[in-house]
Amino acid sequence: MLALQGDVREHAAALEKLGHEVVLVKRPEHFEDLAAMVLPGGESTTLSMLLDSSGVRDPLEAWVQGNRPTFGTCAGLVMLASTVEDGRSDQKTMAGLGISARRNGYGRQRFSFETLAAIPALGEPMEAVFIRAPRITSVADDTEVLATIDTDHGAEPVAVRRGNVIACSFHPELTDDTRFHALLMEIARSASGAEDH
Amino acid sequence: MSSDSNTQNSRTTGTFRVKRGLADMLRGGVIMDVVNPTQAKIAEDAGAVAVMALERVPSDIRRDGGVARMSDPQMIVEIQEAVTIPVMAKARIGHFAEAQILASLDVDYIDESEVLTPADEANHIDKWAFEVPFVCGATNLGEALRRISEGACMIRSKGEAGTGNVVEAVRHLRSIMGDIKKIGVADEVELYQWAKELRAPIEAIQEIAETGKLPVPMFCAGGISTPADASLVMQLGAEACFVGSGIFKSSQPELMARAIVEATTHYEDASVVAKVSTGLGEAMKGLEVATLETRLAERGW
Repeated sequence: MLALQGDVREHAAALEKLGHEVVLVKRPEHFEDLAAMVLPGGESTTLSMLLDSSGVRDPLEAWVQGNRPTFGTCAGLVMLASTVEDGRSDQKTMAGLGISARRNGYGRQRFSFETLAAIPALGEPMEAVFIRAPRITSVADDTEVLATIDTDHGAEPVAVRRGNVIACSFHPELTDDTRFHALLMEIARSASGAEDH
Repeated sequence: MSSDSNTQNSRTTGTFRVKRGLADMLRGGVIMDVVNPTQAKIAEDAGAVAVMALERVPSDIRRDGGVARMSDPQMIVEIQEAVTIPVMAKARIGHFAEAQILASLDVDYIDESEVLTPADEANHIDKWAFEVPFVCGATNLGEALRRISEGACMIRSKGEAGTGNVVEAVRHLRSIMGDIKKIGVADEVELYQWAKELRAPIEAIQEIAETGKLPVPMFCAGGISTPADASLVMQLGAEACFVGSGIFKSSQPELMARAIVEATTHYEDASVVAKVSTGLGEAMKGLEVATLETRLAERGW
């Protein structure tokens, strides 16, 4: 998983709990033999800068655009979006998902919240922790909505998938719920199976 | 602002998980002291994960003397408008009215800070009463646990702010990390002695014995002024760095800021730290701690 900045430890703990080995990616040479990639929560402007200076942006972009198994949360979702609103003008994204994301779309920290997200594809609703979270403002036809929360304007998307790339605007890694991490590894299994045949 | 209320659509704000969560997101990053929107912009451009808005950096507070208070709200608002990253601000120890004002400005984190002149010599702010999360300084594990029991969601070493001298931060980190390790190998009965010695709740000591770590993120502050300092404190177990005077009192703040960000990320890779340490110009001048008239770290109870 990308380990330049952010809540790396929580994601690593979730993956390890599911019995997977975790490689911390900070440099281009760390990309060898990876089955799946996690982009953690953190500060997206900082992460964007560190991607460039560490030389990780190019291999990561190739990874995402090659439809390799990827899961991003919060800042990770911003990195995977096609367009970012209220970002910095020099902020680049990977376009792994057909979505627009607005940074801090729910407001400053005082408005950060917990709620239950409906996630029919994975069963029971999920505890969802939103921290200065990005808001998904549009979803293209090629991208599937996995989870929603209720708002004044009706149900709003908070988790999405396109091909082998998934992302959510909240932080499942801050709870004990590992269903997203399990989904990622399931995607990784079928992707490697497809390659073998 | 009024569209998101406490309970609307079964949303809950201000939970411990939400408050601590922002600290988790800042891990591996650098939080920079800034005194105006221009500096805030420089900090954001250099990759800061957050800025601390204050009127004077600690080295100037030290030089000027007098009572150091919460910053002018106008200045905080201007900094909030200048950047997209989280904005923190400082309140005096025990000054819950300053904290209320900062909360009403929607700052993202409040630092109940010994760098400002304390307002209460016995009590810290009841931080559970706020939806905005708090960070507090600590010189040892007991102090850290008392702050956590009052509701702090992030602990930073105090160091000796405004000196450009990392020695006190190292002492505090080593003391906190060392005691956590010792509690990890203590037996059940000894935990009560630890609680007594550290003047900390037994439940907190028991939790550390079980998990081997502080219940909230542990950052480093106070005296970090070079990339090598950042690498040192990260290797000693800090999870992120606060840099105060070290950036804007150096000869080339843009370069220094950027270099400290890189060194915090790649702290275990000396070749990267060496590369970013090259050609930075002069670091802040710095002070010998033994010669100080005021020891800021002694504030807080």
